[in-house]
Amino acid sequence: MLSKEEIQDIDHEAAKLPYKKAAVIEALKIVQQRRGWINDESVDDIARCLEMSAAEVDSVATFYNLIFRRPVGRHVILLCDSISCYVMGYKKIYEALQEKLKIRFGETTADQRFTLLPNACMGCCDRAPALIINGELYTDIETETLDDILLKYT
Amino acid sequence: MERPLTKNIHAGRQPLSLKEYTTTGGYIALQQVLKNNTPQEVQQLVQKSNLKGRGGAGFNTGMKWSFVPMGADAPQPKYLIANADEMEPGTFKDRLLLEGNPHQLIEGMIIAAYAIQANISYVFLRWAYKKAARVLEQSIHEAYEAGWLGQNILGSGFSLNMHLHTGAGRYMCGEETALLNALEGKRATPRAKPPFPQVSGLFGKPTIVNNVETLCCVPHIVNNGAEWFQSLSYSEDSGTKIYGVSGKVNNPGAWELPIGVTMRELIEEHAGGMKKGYRLKGVLPGGASTDFLTEQHLDIKMDFKSVAAAGSRLGTGTMVVMDDATCPVGFVHNLQHFFAQESCGWCTPCREGLPWVEKILLSIEKGEGKQEDIDLLQMHTQLLGPGNTFCALAPGAMEPLQSAIKYFRDDFDRHIREQKCPY
Repeated sequence: MLSKEEIQDIDHEAAKLPYKKAAVIEALKIVQQRRGWINDESVDDIARCLEMSAAEVDSVATFYNLIFRRPVGRHVILLCDSISCYVMGYKKIYEALQEKLKIRFGETTADQRFTLLPNACMGCCDRAPALIINGELYTDIETETLDDILLKYT
Repeated sequence: MERPLTKNIHAGRQPLSLKEYTTTGGYIALQQVLKNNTPQEVQQLVQKSNLKGRGGAGFNTGMKWSFVPMGADAPQPKYLIANADEMEPGTFKDRLLLEGNPHQLIEGMIIAAYAIQANISYVFLRWAYKKAARVLEQSIHEAYEAGWLGQNILGSGFSLNMHLHTGAGRYMCGEETALLNALEGKRATPRAKPPFPQVSGLFGKPTIVNNVETLCCVPHIVNNGAEWFQSLSYSEDSGTKIYGVSGKVNNPGAWELPIGVTMRELIEEHAGGMKKGYRLKGVLPGGASTDFLTEQHLDIKMDFKSVAAAGSRLGTGTMVVMDDATCPVGFVHNLQHFFAQESCGWCTPCREGLPWVEKILLSIEKGEGKQEDIDLLQMHTQLLGPGNTFCALAPGAMEPLQSAIKYFRDDFDRHIREQKCPY
């Protein structure tokens, strides 16, 4: 079930638009913000709230890579794997992360602390390689500085 | 040398507040337009300035506006959208403008909206630009408070609301019709054209989608005139351009320069040349979906026509440099991995073809390639080329592939002959 606050926030977004359905991406973001990811029940709940079918909601949810349809850890690491970061050596950073966290792309640590995902260009190619943790951007990453960054997230 | 778009943006400084923006000449253009100009006059001025879209396509902005139905019979509401979904790999120019001087964009948007008589506007911002989102939210709020946005702006009778929309990922959202679908809460697949968005866009209403950098030019054109804007450049394209360089150069970054500076000046002077021990092997002049150029092209002017004449595209004007220690096959595989992943799946050639291309490149890179793979790749550059797909994603993906085979054929052959990556 959606909480009162979630429904309120979704209604607020829907009110700005010509029809309710148009707010579905916002609704998914609102629910994910509070719950970390979108489970099947949330898909049904959002569908009911916006008067659309669950299949329609899921077709949108599965299209956008930052809507998570599987559980994620407490902190999500998005490592840029696009061209400038490729040239500047993101693979070394990936190898270091694999070693430190014992997970590969698409996986979550056993203690649910981190999920590691690849991500397309983050628009800071002059400061590659780059990664984002919980929305916070880190640039000019070196394997030596990774520990300091990871320590901030418990 | 004038730098109208970035003269007040300084690294490490906070973005310009509304007060700072107005004391440096901000919102004068808007007042002038609302008081003295008809929408048609603004359209004509921008058309005459020869401002071309800075998102990559390079279409005359004023002409784009002129396709919007005007007058009392025009469908309502009309929409103006700033495309701030900067996601072309290797591109980081709009971020500078969004984070550094948000009111410049907002003023450009209000003037553009006035020119097409749109009453609702959106900034479509990519999710990753969190700082830009904070800055824009604050600045839009300030603009409402000051009366630059809202009902009956400065008593002119013109009203405009502005909303910030942050995306949920996907490269496709940068394509203007896919962006409209995303704003409508749908999957970001492209739409058939015609009808063009200027006639039937967001929610079926007339809509203009312009790139951030394009819109930021508008207040300066109003303040200083079309001739001034033309005079800024070193070529027949008008204005300045935010150019960028990334890769193994000494000073990667973005700089506002007259349109038509040479690639050599950009790489050797502004980017400080190649890092010690590396040589330049190839350049993607305008992002991931532009054809490679090489050392022999360093003296071409970075304008729409000259880059096209050299066999590539100016694109976003932010270049990625490939050095001689980076494997061209691995480089192109990385690009095709991106395009295959970001294909929206709407049309078959793109959905099926790009993963195939990616797999072939990976097998060559791993030393499992066959000689006929090169023919297969070349065949794909035709089959996924212009006219065979629904939108420009796959043809764009084929540009660096076809030119890599042309310029770095030896590297492809060596991978196949030696059955390993020589890098």
